[in-house]
Formats: sequence, structure tokens, C-alpha cells
Amino acid sequence: MIDLSTDCAGIKSPNPFWLASAPPTNSGEQVMRAFEYGWGGAVWKTLGQDPPVINTTSRYGAIDIGGQKMAGFNNIELITDRPLEDNLREIYEVKKRFPKHAVIASLMVPCERSAWHEIIDRAMDTGCDGIELNFGCPHGMSERGMGSAVGQVPDYVRMVTEFAKERSKVPVLVKLTPNVADIRFPARAAREGGADGVSLINTINSIMGVDLNTLAPKFSVGGKVAHGGYCGPAVKPIALNMVSQIATDPPTRGLPISGIGGISTWADAVEFMLLGATSVQLCTAVMHYGFRIIEELNAGLSDWMEGKGFSKTSEFIGRAAVNVVDWKKLNLHHKTVASIDHSKCIGCDLCYVACNDTAHQCIAIDRRKGNRKPHVIEADCVGCNLCALVCPVDACITMNNVKTGHKPLSWEEYTASGMKGHKEVYKRMHG
Amino acid sequence: MDSATAKIYRENFKEISPALTPEEARIEAHRCLYCYDAPCVTACPTKIDIPRFIKQISSSNILGSAKTILEANALGHSCARACPVEVLCEGACVYHQWQERPIDIAKLQRHATQTLQDNGIQPFKPGPDNGFKVAVIGAGPAGAACATYLRRLGYRVTLFEKNKLPGGLNTFGIAEYKMQQKVSLEELERIFALGAELKLGVEVGKDIPAEDLLSGFDAVFIGIGLAGTHKLGVPGEDLAGVWDALSFIRHVKDRNLKPLGRSRTTVVVGAGNTAIDASTQSKRIGTERVVMAYRRGRADMSAYGFELELAQTDGVEFLWNVKVATILGTRKVEGIRLVGTKISQGKLVEIPRSGWNLPCDRVIKAIGQTKHYSLSKALGLKLASDGRIQVAPKTLQTSHPKVFAGGDAINGGKEVVHAAADGKRAAHAIHRRLQPDAELPPGDEYWVSTIEGRRVAPLQDRA
Ligand SMILES: Cc1cc2nc3c(=O)[nH]c(=O)nc-3n(C[C@H](O)[C@H](O)[C@H](O)COP(=O)(O)OP(=O)(O)OC[C@H]3O[C@@H](n4cnc5c(N)ncnc54)[C@H](O)[C@@H]3O)c2cc1C
Ligand SMILES: Cc1cc2nc3c(=O)[nH]c(=O)nc-3n(C[C@H](O)[C@H](O)[C@H](O)COP(=O)(O)O)c2cc1C
Ligand code: SF4
Repeated sequence: MIDLSTDCAGIKSPNPFWLASAPPTNSGEQVMRAFEYGWGGAVWKTLGQDPPVINTTSRYGAIDIGGQKMAGFNNIELITDRPLEDNLREIYEVKKRFPKHAVIASLMVPCERSAWHEIIDRAMDTGCDGIELNFGCPHGMSERGMGSAVGQVPDYVRMVTEFAKERSKVPVLVKLTPNVADIRFPARAAREGGADGVSLINTINSIMGVDLNTLAPKFSVGGKVAHGGYCGPAVKPIALNMVSQIATDPPTRGLPISGIGGISTWADAVEFMLLGATSVQLCTAVMHYGFRIIEELNAGLSDWMEGKGFSKTSEFIGRAAVNVVDWKKLNLHHKTVASIDHSKCIGCDLCYVACNDTAHQCIAIDRRKGNRKPHVIEADCVGCNLCALVCPVDACITMNNVKTGHKPLSWEEYTASGMKGHKEVYKRMHG
Repeated sequence: MDSATAKIYRENFKEISPALTPEEARIEAHRCLYCYDAPCVTACPTKIDIPRFIKQISSSNILGSAKTILEANALGHSCARACPVEVLCEGACVYHQWQERPIDIAKLQRHATQTLQDNGIQPFKPGPDNGFKVAVIGAGPAGAACATYLRRLGYRVTLFEKNKLPGGLNTFGIAEYKMQQKVSLEELERIFALGAELKLGVEVGKDIPAEDLLSGFDAVFIGIGLAGTHKLGVPGEDLAGVWDALSFIRHVKDRNLKPLGRSRTTVVVGAGNTAIDASTQSKRIGTERVVMAYRRGRADMSAYGFELELAQTDGVEFLWNVKVATILGTRKVEGIRLVGTKISQGKLVEIPRSGWNLPCDRVIKAIGQTKHYSLSKALGLKLASDGRIQVAPKTLQTSHPKVFAGGDAINGGKEVVHAAADGKRAAHAIHRRLQPDAELPPGDEYWVSTIEGRRVAPLQDRA
């Protein structure tokens, strides 16, 4: 039996897939429908003080890349625009009907102890399983001294986390903003403030484009727009990096992480989990395709675990984090060269022009008799991967390991030993 | 045309391949790999920079895309509809190596040029007048293309066309379901708007002496195509109801003519692309039974496989290895007498006593076109043994230094795109001849970068 259940900072859910705090979790009706579909948890659309905020129309923009719609998504929406009481009552109802699912209240109020105490006290009455402190929203709320305005200052992060921990009876997750120079500092501050875990990433400051006819930003509120928060498939690599940094930074190592940012498939989720996330949250993919995607998320994860021989999520969470190291620890004696499989090559010659114009001029084509199939001049190949990346055919260009016969050597070791005597490195540097 | 006939025409001659919607075009454009030194470009006789025009579509620069196309091919819109792309650009697409559907180049090309056409945009300007005068004989694809490039270089161009409408077979020959006549005329309108003088209804050699052009112009381009259909040379060929394929197709295409009467059974003689076009269009005007009769076997036919397939889906029947002995009838066609053939000692021979009569009321001859001889003779041009006008391959210059030629008249009958490519090449050659010192246009070889790409001198070696 494959057990998909997870425990993220003490918040338990039947599977690791949570709806992120966003429009999909606007109301009890939506969250319950999502749970019926199979979602494991939901972080409620961020609650704030009454009177509720007022949103603009329009609110969202997207970029399409190639045929892919919404490869990147952006919004200028604020926190919930529904009265606090309505939301709290619905959280209570949902929790009663779905006791096994994770319901997390996302909160954002001004940086005053009393304000945080008051809203957390009220949230406690709903029976929610956890609290998420929204220190991430990068637009609108930040202009009012909340959201990312807090998340960008580690001292505020620590202070407000302390306020929350003083009253919360359930685990507290701190949702971090990626709009910082180094994500480790706010994460450390969260831990110092007593956070039970962190969620990341929230959205990235962004402008989606400019309409070349009207000169208005692409999606605008009557011709003007404020910067918005960027998310969706395009941000995943940024999020993965931040997750792995927190998972490997000694002061925060072991701090539970709820991974967010560009997750669309079960495989994306596994990547976050391998780098250390104990639960994952999705927003854009759900806004694109609806709650039904959970069926494949659960099935895909389960099939993958079965194939790999895992029965519990805890067996693989964090397993890849150790493979992310500082550059100075990489082996300079490792060598790969490209190889083109002529039985697969279709003769588009994109590898040729890429290597010739922008890499190391080591792909050649013997043009006799109309041949279009290129070959690699292995002696000159630096193994950069570019050709394999531009090749449209699966597994046509492979990067093959070459035995150098030299013991592994990192930059750290190389410089420590006075940069001498290491043949492969020497050859690469001096031709 | 009565309303029932009008309905048949509307139904059966609507465009066989629908245009792409903007969304379809965008998605298809994104499939293009943007190959380096792309094989589709090599396969296009006019060398359109295909990856570039497709990238322009995918980046929403539709008009720029149309300009790229028309820069290389003055009849880029007609070609997008008429070209047998299966054996040209799309046939060369690397997706074939991948067992995948090639890029729909023709439809993307049509999308771009149609958008330009719909917006009434003239992408080019005539060049500053240089005083030189060039006569173009024939306003078919070759002549029209030649006139385009000459006008853009500032030449004064006069086109002599014996028909009342320009375009040659682009206007009168292309199967109506591939391209309607008005589409050809619209494209030509854009071309002649560059300021070439078009003299319609003037046959050179009859209405004006050919020699006059030699004295009155600095150069002459001949784009006269081919002449009438070959004769079968059998009894009954002059009966009413016997058509040559070109007149038949022209009659179908020209809505100003009285529609053809009904036929129960039509026999089309021949098995080239023209025979296919005559058969499918016979079917489409409502003929109950259409039989294509060819004296050799299926493997020997010159029609493209995809054209044969179309005839098959249209319900055309085929008789292979049969020869016409006689067309039967007293005043009108009543039948056709066919005899079986076989190959014996490498020769096509009749099978004795194999003849039979096939009742029919219409016979269409599609056994190839003859060449125009008188004009070449009047100008004293050297001809190849089969009657094609002889030219130098790079410049398309004839044996007379002032005279250039292109299109069907020199290749014996190919496609619109070959004629368009010739017209461009000849225009540039005329330019080089008349103004050897002038800056050359991009050149008829156009973009196609070689595999070496651009070269730079090596940097000095480190001392
Ligand atoms: C039935 C049929 C179907 C075809 N279908 C296709 C197709 O689907 N796709 C494709 O790409 N190609 C097709 N072709 C071929 C294509 O039409 C020709 O290759 C192309 O039109 C050749 O262009 P051209 O300018 O050389 O000659 P033409 O198109 O023949 O034009 C020659 C012009 O010169 C004029 N002319 C001739 N003599 C004189 C004179 N003495 N004085 C003045 N004017 C004169 C003629 O009236 C004519 O307008 C088809 C051809 C035929 C016959
Ligand atoms: C329209 C929209 C509204 C959002 N509102 C909130 C919010 O109220 N509170 C919050 O913490 N995050 C909010 N987010 C951020 C998401 O919870 C999530 O962190 C982000 O979208 C990244 O995940 P994704 O790439 O799966 O979309 C919002 C995102 C979107 C697109
Ligand atoms: S791996 Fe890089 S250097 Fe080697 S052939 Fe490919 S593109 Fe060129």
C-alpha cells in the first residue's frame, strides 16, 4: 500500500497536495469541492482585518510561451475581499465536515502585537490545523506595510512570528517572499521567532509586458498598472533553488518546508519534495485547469513511489538536497562530451549553429552529397550541454562520460594545493 | 447560370483546403524548428526564407512575414495555393525524418499573404526611374514576376498579353478548387500597381511585329508559356464534344462563359496533372461518370501521387494501358473506341483484337502542350531539340543578347513557382546587363546562408 499522507510541521494531510492561499480557496464552497476531488489541504485565501480590501478590475495577466498558455502568470489581487467573520465561519464548517484534511488559515494584519493576537485568537476558534503568516504578497498590501514589506526585513519576520507563536495553539508556517537578495536570512529569522515551518515562494515582482499599440501595460486598470506578483511554471526553478537553500543552510536545516511555485504536475511536486518540502502548494495550475488536476497529481505520485519502491513520503523527502552543493565542491576532473545519434538526427542543424555561433565551434557537418547530419569534434567539446538542449529530438544528442583517469578534484582542493599538477584542469585551462 | 448549377459550382468549387485561423497559424508557426540552412528553403525554387517568415508569424509580425515571402516570390500568394508543396518545401521538412507531419508551410504562407492582401497593402515601391525600357511578352507568372523586380529597380516595363486578362495559366489553368480565378487576379493587381504598363489583347508576332520590340526596347523578356494541346491524330477528333483540357478548364473557371452542358460520361485522355485536373473538375461540374484513359500503366503516369489520390476520392475511374483508336459519333461524340496496349521489347504496342467501344458524350484531351515556335523564329532564337527556348542557366539570356526568357517556355512546363523564380532571375540579369555598375539587388540567390555562415578574418595569434 502506498501511503501519500504527510506531516508538514505537525500539520497532517492525506496527501501532500495543498491549495495555496489564493482565489481557489476564496470560500468554503470551493474548498469543500476541492476536498471532494481529493486535495489534501487548503491554505485559505489570506484573511485580514475588517473592513475587507477592495480589489481592482482587471487583476491578472499571463505570458504564453510557444504554444503554452499561462507559462507565467501574474496578479495584482489583494488579500480576501470578504468579511473576516464569513471566512472564519466557513473555515469552521469545512473543518467540521473534513476533519482529516488540512485547513490552514493564512493571515495578514499590521505589525502590531495586539492585531496579531486578536486575529489568531479568532482563528483558533475555527479549529484550523495551522496558521500561515503571509509575509509574501508583493503588491498593494506591501504598500500598506504588510506582506512582503514584512518578509523583506528579517527583524520584522522574527518579531511577527513571535507575536503569532505567543497565541497560536496550532503550528505556524511563515510564508516567505522571494523578493529578497538571500532567502536564507528571512528563513533564519522565522526559525528564530519560533516558526514551525516555512512556505515558499510567494509571487515575484513583475510587469507582464507593454501593449505596443496603446502603450499601456499588458493588462491594465484603465491604462495603468502596478507591479504584480509572478508565478506559474516559469518560476519553478527559482522556487526550487530557494527551497534547497533553506533545506541545506545549517541554521534552518530540518525546518519543515511547504514548497510552492510553478508546480503543475506530480513530477514537479516530487522535485520540491526531494529537495526538502514536506508538503506542496499549487495555485496557477489549479487556476488554469481546475480542481480536477488533483486526480493525476495523486495517481502520478503514487505510481512513481511504487515504481521506486517507496511506501511513505517520508522515505524520499529531502533525499536530493545533499546533491546541491557550492560550486567550489564540484569535480573539475569530471568530463563529458556530446555525441549525436545519426539514426535519430533529423538534420535541423540547430546544434551546429548553436555550438558554432555561441559555444565552442566543435560541431561540424560533412556537406558532401547533401548530408545534413552533424558530428561532434570530441577533442574540442567542453561538454557544456547546449547542443543537447537545443536538439528537438529526444535522446538524439547525449552527453557521455569520458574517463579521464584522474582522481576527483574540486576548486577548493585545487586552490588549496597551489593550483598545480592537475592534468585535466591544466589541459582545459591552457589548451 | 441557373440557380441549381450555381449551387453545384458553389459547393464543388469551394476551396479544397480551408485557410488557417490566426490561432491555428500561431500554433503551427510555433512548431517550426527554425532549422539552420533550412532544407525547405533549398527546396523552394524562389528561395523564400521560410523559417524567417514563420518566425515572423509566431511573433505577430504578419505583414513583415508577407513581405519576406513576396520579396523572394512575387506570386507568393498564388504559390501558397497552387504549389505542389509535397514535392517542394514541405517535402523537404525535417519533420519527415521524425515520422511527423511537416510544417504546413503553404498554409502559413497563405495566411500571411492573405492578411496583406486583405489590408490592401502594397509592400514595395517602384524604384526611381532609370530611363531604360523593357518589354515583357506574356503576363503569366514568369512575365508578372519579371515585371515586379524590374519595376522595383526603376525600369519602364511594358507587358504585352494576348489574353483579355493577365496571369496566364495562373488565371486560367489552376484547378478552381485550389485557387479561384479572382485570387490570381487580385495578386496580379498588386503586382501591376507597381506601374508596369499592361497591354491586354495584344499578341506579339500578330498584332505587333516581334522585331519592333528589339528596336523599341533596351531588353525583352519572353514569358509566353506553352501553346495549345497536342493532337491525338485519330478520326473523330473534330466532333462536337471533343475538348482540349486547357479550353475545358478555362471554361470551367471563367464564370462569364456559359456553363458547360451536362455530360453523362466524360473520357479524359492522358495521365498527367492536367488530366487529373480535367477529371476532377469534370466530376465537380456534375458529370456522372468520368473515366481517365492512359496508354501506359499507373507507374508511368506523370501526375503526382497526391493528385491521383484526389481524383480517386472524387470518384474518377481509371483505365490503364489503353489507347484511343477512334472517337465515335456523327456530329457529336457518342463514344470512344479504345484498344489495349502492352510493352513489347521496350516498345508500346497495341494488343491485337482488344478494341472495344466505350459510350460517352464528351472527350477531353490532356496529352501535353505544344510549343510556340513563330515568335522564337521571328526573333531568331536558338531552340532546344524539343522546341524549348535555349537560355544560359544563370542569367536566362537567350541566344539573342537583348532577349531573356523564362517559365514554361524554357522548362517545357513546370509549376507557377518555377516561372516566378525565372522572372526574378531574368529581371536581375537584365539589370546587370543594362547597368553593370549599379549596386546589385540582394541577388536572385537571396538569403540562403551557406553552411559556413558569415566568416571573419582570424584574430592575430597571441605572440
Ligand atoms: C491545367 C493546368 C493546371 C496547372 N496546375 C498547376 C498547379 O496547380 N500548380 C502550379 O504551380 N502550376 C500548375 N500548372 C502549371 C503553371 O500554370 C505554369 O507552369 C505557369 O503558369 C507557367 O507560367 P508562364 O508565365 O511560364 O506561362 P503561362 O502561364 O502559360 O503564361 C504565358 C502568357 O503568355 C501569353 N502569351 C503567349 N504568347 C503570347 C504572345 N505571342 N504575345 C502576347 N502574349 C502571349 C499567354 O496568353 C499567357 O498569358 C498548371 C498548368 C496547367 C496547364
Ligand atoms: C491571483 C492570485 C492571488 C494570490 N493571493 C494570495 C494571497 O492572498 N495570499 C498568499 O499568501 N498568496 C497569494 N498568492 C500566491 C500563491 O499562493 C502562490 O504562492 C503563488 O501563486 C505561487 O504558486 P503557483 O506558481 O503554483 O501559482 C496569490 C496568487 C495568485 C495567482
Ligand atoms: S556540449 Fe557544448 S561544446 Fe560540446 S559539442 Fe555540444 S555545444 Fe559544443
